[in-house]
Amino acid sequence: MANDPIHQFHITKLVPIEIGGLDFSFTNSSLFMVATVAAAGAFLYMTTASRGLVPSRLQSITEMSYEFVASMLRDAAGSQGMRFFPLVFSLFMFVLVANLLGMFPYFFTVTSHIIVTFALALLVIGTVVVYGFWKHGLGFLKLFVPEGVPGVLIPLVVAIEVISFLSRPISLSVRLFANMLAGHITLKVFAGFVTSLSAMGVVGVAGAILPLLMTIALTGLEFLVAFLQAYVFAVLTCMYLNDALHPSH
Amino acid sequence: MYVAPAYAQTESEAPASEAIEAGTEVPHDANGAESGFPPFETSSYPSQLLWLAITFGLFYLFLKRVVLPRISGILEVRSDRIAQDLDQAARMKDEADEAIAAYEQELAEARGRANEIGQQARDTAKAEADAERKAAEAELERKLADSTARIEAIKSEAMGEVGQIAAETTGAIMASLVGAKPTKAEIEAAIGRARG
Repeated sequence: MANDPIHQFHITKLVPIEIGGLDFSFTNSSLFMVATVAAAGAFLYMTTASRGLVPSRLQSITEMSYEFVASMLRDAAGSQGMRFFPLVFSLFMFVLVANLLGMFPYFFTVTSHIIVTFALALLVIGTVVVYGFWKHGLGFLKLFVPEGVPGVLIPLVVAIEVISFLSRPISLSVRLFANMLAGHITLKVFAGFVTSLSAMGVVGVAGAILPLLMTIALTGLEFLVAFLQAYVFAVLTCMYLNDALHPSH
Repeated sequence: MYVAPAYAQTESEAPASEAIEAGTEVPHDANGAESGFPPFETSSYPSQLLWLAITFGLFYLFLKRVVLPRISGILEVRSDRIAQDLDQAARMKDEADEAIAAYEQELAEARGRANEIGQQARDTAKAEADAERKAAEAELERKLADSTARIEAIKSEAMGEVGQIAAETTGAIMASLVGAKPTKAEIEAAIGRARG
């Protein structure tokens, strides 16, 4: 077994598909996207199947996540923001379940690839831009001109605002991608220490206890990160959507 | 099953990986066709984007059409039900309050009636007692008057007889003392004088 911490991010083709010279193969990444969507969808669908007036434990998990995202969106973007609730909830559940599935040994982590997180971030920013212009027309550009700024400073402030707006999809995607990637690499490295140290005899086995404890602690931390990054992604989505709804801040 | 190809690849890569101690560095594939860092391998991007669009798109539609309306339905039904139950509880409380008020009013009325009946009974009893007492008094009065009249009659009768007895006694005393027997008229005249 390779000790290579990058190996877990390799994409392997399961069903090769090629259309117009581009590779659209069904890969292990695709498989885990399907698994993520199927697991999340099935959980949400089946726990609410009984429509219990008094919720069962699993049903209350679904209801809690619903109300969690709903209050997050309402706090950030007001009641008008609720039109984006399906999008925010889908993003939150997709990222959360993809992150959590990635915690299983030998499972592929969908969100550890920059292209996936960047596509999700572009979806958010694209929604913001399209909805902003559709709703407010050119008034959406007031987003880049904060009120109460002296005339001399306006060009500078606008430049800063534009740069900060353009960097949003990058920061949004890199944050999630880097967290998942770094966490999984760290886990793999410490777990690799355990195996390589324990191969060195009695002293090595004794020395392997430390990285083993570290691995256990990191696993706990990674579960926290898995949830936290989904939460952060959803919260930032809500805040960006708020800009589309109320550009003049 | 799906990890099987990964394993297969692992084995083919094994010599390359073994060259790197502890494996903390980015490995370079033996065939050199791909760069070492999978997230930056642009050749996998079209596939990832396509499958992300398919899976996330279906997921979004499924949640929007099926799951979210269902959850919001559940929550709505629950909040409606709670509001309804609270209404019902408030209505029942009002009813209970009304019942208590009605009960207390009836109690007060009953108490009033009881007082009235008691008062009436007392009045009637008092009136009857008064009447009986008056009747008894009148009877006694009458008996007293009768008795007085009879006493008067007896007294006057007795007084009438006293004169005669005195005359007879006087005649008898005169006869035995003097030996002469005066006439009845003389005696009566004499007694009349003596009486004054």
